[in-house]
Amino acid sequence: MFGEPRRMTSAMLADRFERRSLLIGAAMALAGVLLALRMAWIAIFQNRKYELESESNRVNLTLIPPRRGWILDRFGAPLASNRADFRVDIIPDRLVDGEKVVEELGNLLHLNAAEQGDLGERLEKASGFQPVEVAAGLDWERYAAVSVRLPDLPGVVPQRGFSRFYPTGPSVGHLIGYVGAASAEEYEQEKNPLLITPGFKIGKDGLEKQYEKLLRGEPGARRSEVTASGKIVRDLETREDVPGHPIRLTINGPLQDYASRRIGLESAAVVVIDCESGGILTLASMPSFDPNSFADGIGRLEWKMLNDDDHIPLLNKAVRGLYPPGSTMKPMAGLALQMNGVSPDERVNCPGGYQLGNRFFRCDAVHGSVDLRAAIEHSCNTYFWSMAHRVGYDAIAPVAKMLGLGQEFDLPGTKQRYGTIPDAAWKMRRYKQEWSASDSLNASIGQGYVSVSPLQLAVMTARIASGRNLLPSLIYGRPKPLGPALPFTPEQLAVVHDGMFNVVNGSGTGAGVRIDINGVKLAGKTGTAQVRRLVSRGHVGDWKSRDHSLFICYAPADKPKYAMAVVVEHGTFGARAAAPIARDVMTYLFDPASAMATLTALEREWGGTAAERMAAKYRAYGATYTRPPPDTAKEVGVKPAAPNAPPSESAITRPTATTPVSTQPAEAHSSQETD
Amino acid sequence: MARGIHVPEAIARQPWQVFLPLTALVLFASLVLYSAAGGNIQPWAVTHVIRFAVFVVMALVIALIPRELFKLVAYPAYVGVLFLLLLVELIGGIGGGSQRWLNLGFMTLQPSELMKPVIVLVLARFYDSLPPNLVSHWRGLLPAALLIALPAGFVMLQPDLGTALAICFGGFAILFLAGLPMRWFVSGAAAAGVIAPIAYFTLLHDYQRKRVTTFLDPESDPLGAGYHITQSKIAIGSGGFFGKGFGNGSQSHLEYLPESHTDFVFATMAEEWGMLGGLFVLLVFFIVLRWGIKVALKAPDMFSRLLASGMCCTIFFYVAINLMMVMGMAPVVGIPLPFVSHGGSSMMTNMICIGTLLAIDRWGNRQSGLA
Repeated sequence: MFGEPRRMTSAMLADRFERRSLLIGAAMALAGVLLALRMAWIAIFQNRKYELESESNRVNLTLIPPRRGWILDRFGAPLASNRADFRVDIIPDRLVDGEKVVEELGNLLHLNAAEQGDLGERLEKASGFQPVEVAAGLDWERYAAVSVRLPDLPGVVPQRGFSRFYPTGPSVGHLIGYVGAASAEEYEQEKNPLLITPGFKIGKDGLEKQYEKLLRGEPGARRSEVTASGKIVRDLETREDVPGHPIRLTINGPLQDYASRRIGLESAAVVVIDCESGGILTLASMPSFDPNSFADGIGRLEWKMLNDDDHIPLLNKAVRGLYPPGSTMKPMAGLALQMNGVSPDERVNCPGGYQLGNRFFRCDAVHGSVDLRAAIEHSCNTYFWSMAHRVGYDAIAPVAKMLGLGQEFDLPGTKQRYGTIPDAAWKMRRYKQEWSASDSLNASIGQGYVSVSPLQLAVMTARIASGRNLLPSLIYGRPKPLGPALPFTPEQLAVVHDGMFNVVNGSGTGAGVRIDINGVKLAGKTGTAQVRRLVSRGHVGDWKSRDHSLFICYAPADKPKYAMAVVVEHGTFGARAAAPIARDVMTYLFDPASAMATLTALEREWGGTAAERMAAKYRAYGATYTRPPPDTAKEVGVKPAAPNAPPSESAITRPTATTPVSTQPAEAHSSQETD
Repeated sequence: MARGIHVPEAIARQPWQVFLPLTALVLFASLVLYSAAGGNIQPWAVTHVIRFAVFVVMALVIALIPRELFKLVAYPAYVGVLFLLLLVELIGGIGGGSQRWLNLGFMTLQPSELMKPVIVLVLARFYDSLPPNLVSHWRGLLPAALLIALPAGFVMLQPDLGTALAICFGGFAILFLAGLPMRWFVSGAAAAGVIAPIAYFTLLHDYQRKRVTTFLDPESDPLGAGYHITQSKIAIGSGGFFGKGFGNGSQSHLEYLPESHTDFVFATMAEEWGMLGGLFVLLVFFIVLRWGIKVALKAPDMFSRLLASGMCCTIFFYVAINLMMVMGMAPVVGIPLPFVSHGGSSMMTNMICIGTLLAIDRWGNRQSGLA
């Protein structure tokens, strides 16, 4: 070592060490200063920015869906209200193991197989942060069961809220519509974050949709402190929601419910109009769906059941069902004849039919010598054929339109079909054929090309009964002004009123539905509409090929207050199916107690109340399509629902029959017979 | 000195200028940990103080070790720790995946932590015995480079980039202070400038590479790898000068800040205590490191000089890299903040450094006393 040339000594190295360690020390100090400056930059100069970011981390703003405005009947009682409930949603984006979570939720919430299937399907279709409803209307126990297991269920959001509640369920389904979670398209349109807030529902149909803006209200907001994983630590402040505006309808809630229930097993529509204001008291169409189960997101099975039903529960027959009016046209025709110079006292001999050229149109009885009053009372076709032939059908069609047939009315939330009051121009336009004399005969007794809705029939009845050009209205306190005065003299109207009075109180076709409640009597007219075209669809005697049963009436007969139209699809004679319903509904207006007694007895016969029948049907239906539903079905799936259990051979065994509209009688030619 | 205020010599002799600031820092850290645990002394605050107390005793014991014993154990300790690193590697290889620690039953030992002071010790020993004239010779560099490369390589394999860098940094600091020619360092730095990009694409693991890229642009991946840095900066930045107040740190309490009690404890602290707290932490490290460098400067010989300054550099490296990391100036490499972060291994390493400095201080005093 010592032999080597020594360029370095220990002393030199010590020197070098000292210099270099001072250098390192200085570098360390410099680093310290730089770190302090860096911290000052972040903490002081950029403090505002980071404070904001920290706040936006910490505070989560959630919208509170506003309580929806109530829909009230004319007495102020709710047809649609809100009830507090517990619900559970899933945010698809936060799900980790979807299948496992669905299964776990199924156990916790006692969902049956069909409901779990529904949920899985909804999740597949869902995207992003739009919450998917798992269940609503939960009781506290099940809600709590989910809440305590949240750490194992990422993406699951339990919450308290309000859900739409329709106290009378299916009775108001078609009238009011229903609510549901906003669809992706609806969100795209409005871009309102409220629409994707869990638990928020918008109107999907009927009045709920029409008055969405009014009913919606202003959302509240909740500022809460949340952890990074989204758990709410505490609520900071809450702005209450502003509930939507209530809407008051002209509907008589109890009457609407009574009429719907009274329809029972039939497929029918009942429309009741106030003869003083034109306000619609009842707009019932049964069978229906339960809007409550739509509000919770309708199940696949329930949807299928509704769609498979040949009574078409999803069609509002009161405004969208079109039927040949049959003999219910005759009072109107009576007015038209008088307007065109036919004396009501002139008599026509009915030998049991009418000869037109080489064709003989059969009347359903040999009525002998009849005047206008008797022709209405006994529904004599011969009289109207011969008189219509004299004045010409062209004199009758305008009166039909004047009285509301074939017309569309300005009623919110209804998608009316206005049917057909045919004339020569119409036939040429539609069929490229000349109007024939037999067309005139058919049309004059409400057959052939004529098709009208129950609503139009009710309006016609109200106008005939009151002699005033009433326009139907649905919003309470805002009656529509009368239309142009009707060109009938009181004498002309009296003749028709007499005829209709005698239908029920004389020896007419409606004698079976006579009432006398403290002097209140009924005046009406039966109608039977043939469903010729439909015969080919099934055997004769099959439900589908039976005639439609119609009845129009008003009461009290001497001072009309209420006008009503009842159409029972395939109900056979007007006097048999429609008239008793009309009688009981009318009775309910004047003597509710006895009407309820009648209904209670009937419901016992039909196999329970509407809700019980619906539940039984749902269970039976579920049994045919899926595994036997577990016992829990009664607490989860089945909501009180449509009082409709069609004849027992119905949807369960029969293959699907989903004709969109029951009858399209524009094609149902030729009818020789009425009642 | 008046008899009335006589202080026992054993107590007066202790280096209070280090222990007082350190104790203050540790107590402050335990307050931060108390808050980070949501206002609970469990699980971190109490153990932090207890560990400190235990390791202070250890440091005082180390301070009693004579210089000759240090020199004697330098190579065996190095070989021993190197063997442990190899063992970890083997166990990890069998177990599959990354493993950094050995389970000793009563505690988990992280050999790579031990390597940080040991690399300093072994290099100090090497240059102490190296004849001064060989310092500029390749024989003065190559063995040292090998001594650094072996453990750094093993740690890198674990893979633990942060600790590997710490070992290299400690080693290079010794090379620099031992008097190796400046031109070597300059050319070495130049070579590193060339090699680094190559290493980036070949040696680094994907997750390490990602850390580097997101460090350069944390906003590019705000919910992924950049999340740590972003949230840490939000915590520090929202604290302002005076902080949000004790127990009011929303970033840490609401779990936005990851590793709020270990690597990112400084951000937890800064959110509640603000810039003021940050300056206090920096001040304590300034006091400790200034004392350490003073100890090095008046150390009696080359071995103790290098050992002392190497220990200082090791502590400094921890502090600097951790603070740069939490303030978004360095990639997230997983290096705790000495005396503040909750964790036994790093507390032990740092107290070994302090203990060693105490010992060297004692040697210097005795020497000067003798002179």
